[in-house]
Amino acid sequence: MPDWLAHIAVAMPPTQALFGQLLIGLINGAFYAMLSLGLAVIFGMLNIINFAHGAQYMLGAFCAWFALDYLGIGYWPSLILAPIAVAAIGIALERLLLRHIYRLDHLYGLLLTFGVALIIEGVLRNYYGSSGQPYSIPRELTGARNLGFMFLPNYRAWVIFASLAVCFGTWFLIERTRLGSYLRAATENPSLVQAFGINVPRMVTLTYGFGAGLAALAGVLAAPIYQVSPLMGSDIIVVVFAVVVIGGMGSIVGAVASGFVLGVVEGLTKVFYPEASNTVIFVVMAIVLLVKPAGFFGRTV
Amino acid sequence: MRMKLLLAAVAAVALSAAGAEAQSSGPVKIGVLNDMSSLYADIGGKGSVVAAEMAAEDAGPVLGQKVQIISADHQNKPDVGAAIARQWYDENGVDAITDVPTSSVALAVNEVAREKKKIALFVGPASSDLTGPKCNAYAASWVYDTYSLAHVTGGAVVKSGGNTWFFITADYAFGHALERDTADVVKAAGGTVVGDVQVPLNTADFSSYLLQAQASKAKIIGLANAGGDTINSIKQGAEFGITEGGQKFAGLLIFTSDVHSLGLKAAQGLQLTAPFYHDMNAETRAFSKRFSDRFGRPPTFDQAGVYSAVAHYLKAIKAIGTKDPDKVMAEMRKLPINDFMTKNGKLREDGRVVRDMYLFEVKKPSESKGEWDMLKLIETVPGDQAFRPLDKGDCPLVKKG
Amino acid sequence: MTGARDGFPARWRVGIAALLLAAALAAPFLFYPVFLMQALCFALFACAFNLLIGYVGLLSFGHAAFMGSAAYITAYTVKAWGFEPLTGILAGTAVAALLGAVFGWLAIRRQGIYFAMVTLALAQMIYFIAVEAKFTGGEDGIQAVPRGHLLGVVDLNHSLPMYYFVLAVFLGGYALVYRTIHSPFGQVLKAIRENEPRAISLGYRTERYKLLAFTLSATLAGLAGATKALVFQLASLTDVTWQMSGEVVLMTLLGGLGTEFGPVVGAFIDVTMENYLASWGSWVTVIQGVIFVFCVLLFRRGVVGEIVDLARRFAPGRTEAPPPATVAQTAPGE
Repeated sequence: MPDWLAHIAVAMPPTQALFGQLLIGLINGAFYAMLSLGLAVIFGMLNIINFAHGAQYMLGAFCAWFALDYLGIGYWPSLILAPIAVAAIGIALERLLLRHIYRLDHLYGLLLTFGVALIIEGVLRNYYGSSGQPYSIPRELTGARNLGFMFLPNYRAWVIFASLAVCFGTWFLIERTRLGSYLRAATENPSLVQAFGINVPRMVTLTYGFGAGLAALAGVLAAPIYQVSPLMGSDIIVVVFAVVVIGGMGSIVGAVASGFVLGVVEGLTKVFYPEASNTVIFVVMAIVLLVKPAGFFGRTV
Repeated sequence: MRMKLLLAAVAAVALSAAGAEAQSSGPVKIGVLNDMSSLYADIGGKGSVVAAEMAAEDAGPVLGQKVQIISADHQNKPDVGAAIARQWYDENGVDAITDVPTSSVALAVNEVAREKKKIALFVGPASSDLTGPKCNAYAASWVYDTYSLAHVTGGAVVKSGGNTWFFITADYAFGHALERDTADVVKAAGGTVVGDVQVPLNTADFSSYLLQAQASKAKIIGLANAGGDTINSIKQGAEFGITEGGQKFAGLLIFTSDVHSLGLKAAQGLQLTAPFYHDMNAETRAFSKRFSDRFGRPPTFDQAGVYSAVAHYLKAIKAIGTKDPDKVMAEMRKLPINDFMTKNGKLREDGRVVRDMYLFEVKKPSESKGEWDMLKLIETVPGDQAFRPLDKGDCPLVKKG
Repeated sequence: MTGARDGFPARWRVGIAALLLAAALAAPFLFYPVFLMQALCFALFACAFNLLIGYVGLLSFGHAAFMGSAAYITAYTVKAWGFEPLTGILAGTAVAALLGAVFGWLAIRRQGIYFAMVTLALAQMIYFIAVEAKFTGGEDGIQAVPRGHLLGVVDLNHSLPMYYFVLAVFLGGYALVYRTIHSPFGQVLKAIRENEPRAISLGYRTERYKLLAFTLSATLAGLAGATKALVFQLASLTDVTWQMSGEVVLMTLLGGLGTEFGPVVGAFIDVTMENYLASWGSWVTVIQGVIFVFCVLLFRRGVVGEIVDLARRFAPGRTEAPPPATVAQTAPGE
């Protein structure tokens, strides 16, 4: 009997435990959703594949940790302040570097942001080591409740709630507001929108800052669960890429939906064939790309 | 004509290169090869270099010259580590390489040392293969291995009533070895293993595995992993109420830097095995004080072990007045090892240093008197019980008798 | 007619080639041979990668899979089955070629970033196999691979014969790349890079050309990996990680995308950095990052591209600098 079959036979959990695993998968999916959302927004508006997204996520967590350790600022203010700080860094990055390469192939955006990610990660690793800094769960959210089928930590419940709110808010902002319609129009035809008196370069800059801020927000949410470590971004970024690609590059709904779905898929793999849990997303990605070239919700590039 | 000139030039260069290689009379040179930038940088890293420098300074001039310490980052890549080791032995006149955490890199360096007949003093790697099937007459494993970790922690936990186990195992050679060795101990002591789960490297979220462990109802959740994986398992375990539910973690490889990084609140009550803790007695405190004055934090057992290994190596050279590897290894085997962390340690012919191992428990936050006051000693396990018997390791160097 | 891009005057080219060859022959007496061998292996790897990105315009983000799987096969056949070194290398290269054909067949249906992502996904599966399969030794890899005797005669355990063997392998691989680029086949590849629809309308079955180029590139990457396994006497997970796929991009970009000799220069610079800055720890990562940023913003031609450009300015009869080599643009909505 092959290894994985044996696993299924042995690990087949009772339905109740399966519910727990599904919920855990959703929670992890919440992080994928938030991160891929930012990537999708940036790709949609700037046509840049933001490899620095992982580093910005990590920076968000680090900002929260800096704030607590050096300034005594707690979790709740950090939830606002860290994304603003990272968004500011993102804006500087866009102004100084990214601006110069919009006319070039995607490849160069990818390589440039990859370089930026290496720099940020290397510097933090040098000063803060790699085993990570502890960050506690805020007092209001400690503890857990017994759902009958599982023990759900309050903080994880909050993560799902916050993530859904952020994803919905972003979708609403871009698809249902006037500002969003300008943005969408600007990606289709920047010169026309410019002609209407809208400052397109500034919009692009702010969009990048917004995407970076979303990554940072995910980072702050992640800080109490994982260690605040310089490596946390590079571990997750490739997976998030896969999520975005599966959802369809540039599609907000696609990014969010595939984030949650893949979280669940990964969660189930962790039960039935845990060795493959880091690989399953790539298997899905390969199949999706071969069957549905532009992902589930995407446009071709 | 031109050809001749070229040949002459090549020959001249070749001669000078050959001259550079024959440096057997130069100063004693020790290379610290470890992870300076990634997963294990906090365990050894630059702190190991500081420890080696301290040992060199304490030894004073050896063979009439100051001992030189150089260092490099192997990035946890076996090929990078092997390349650096070769170059050090061949070109840079390095006499001994030390530390080398990450078993895969250590196994590669071990082969280079064997081929070049140069000394390797392993401190960081946990693989017990280094003193088993892959043993090498020019290598020593200085402080610990998977076998001793499994035996001390596993044995003590079963003895105190933890007789059903569930393993969360890192899915690579090191994790498998740790799980296998511990499971053997558990079963031998009358306990049972009710399940296990293999977790891929670089997994950030352990909650799914923790739920599986919770569902297994095992009394003990054995963590056959290291570094960030262990930290995340324990941290998230606290979140899911593992300990409140009556289950206990047994961390099979935990460094003080890990406990520090977790914080006592999450780590309290955890039992762990180590060959050294900075606050054990006056001697360890004195060394740790000197170390942290230079490095800013007390030494991990890896860093302390680097000092111990380098100091013993230099002592052997001083005793016989040569750095010839064969003679030095013989002398190192002959001399008992005694320093701030070792009492009558002995280097066996399979390369194993047999020393006492200690079982510690992480203090409660209320028991701790400072940032680095983290562990209390539970039990001392004598070396001959903690380490694998000489004849059980399949080391070809050990004569079958 | 040599490639318009590398427009050195012919006289210079011969001279430079002779000089480089002499330097390569004398190098092991001046530099540490293992370092040189490592650099040569990576140089071949980068050349193979460049064949795809520089001449067909396809960014593969999974080339480590070919290098790594060939390294594993070579290490295993030589160590476990007692293959002679050359046969072992051939076995590894053959497996990489096969893998390349399969991956290529799947990946060339997609363009641009999706192509890169398909190759990444497939390479991650190879990584998974490398971790899980029994014969690869998981995290520890395959260690202590004997170098053996070449054709039963030349003892490769000494560094000089090994070096010249690696040099011969590299030159063979490089010659193949050179021939490919300058053949009619290579011209078609460039046409595909510049404008694929036009190439199709001219009657070329571009899919076949792309597949062949992909397979060739994978084969050469495999050759580099197989040779590297013998040089270091080990095969390990490092060679199949996505970071390795990223590193070869760095080498090629630094040396000059789409220049014949650029990848070689880039590989030497990268390997030198890794070796000589090894005690700098994570600052090496920072430096690599800075190089990426610098190259993309100001230095897109890479080292060799810039030199060629300079030389061309001084060469008589040519004044116009070529545009930086870029990857094929694919229009949105295509």
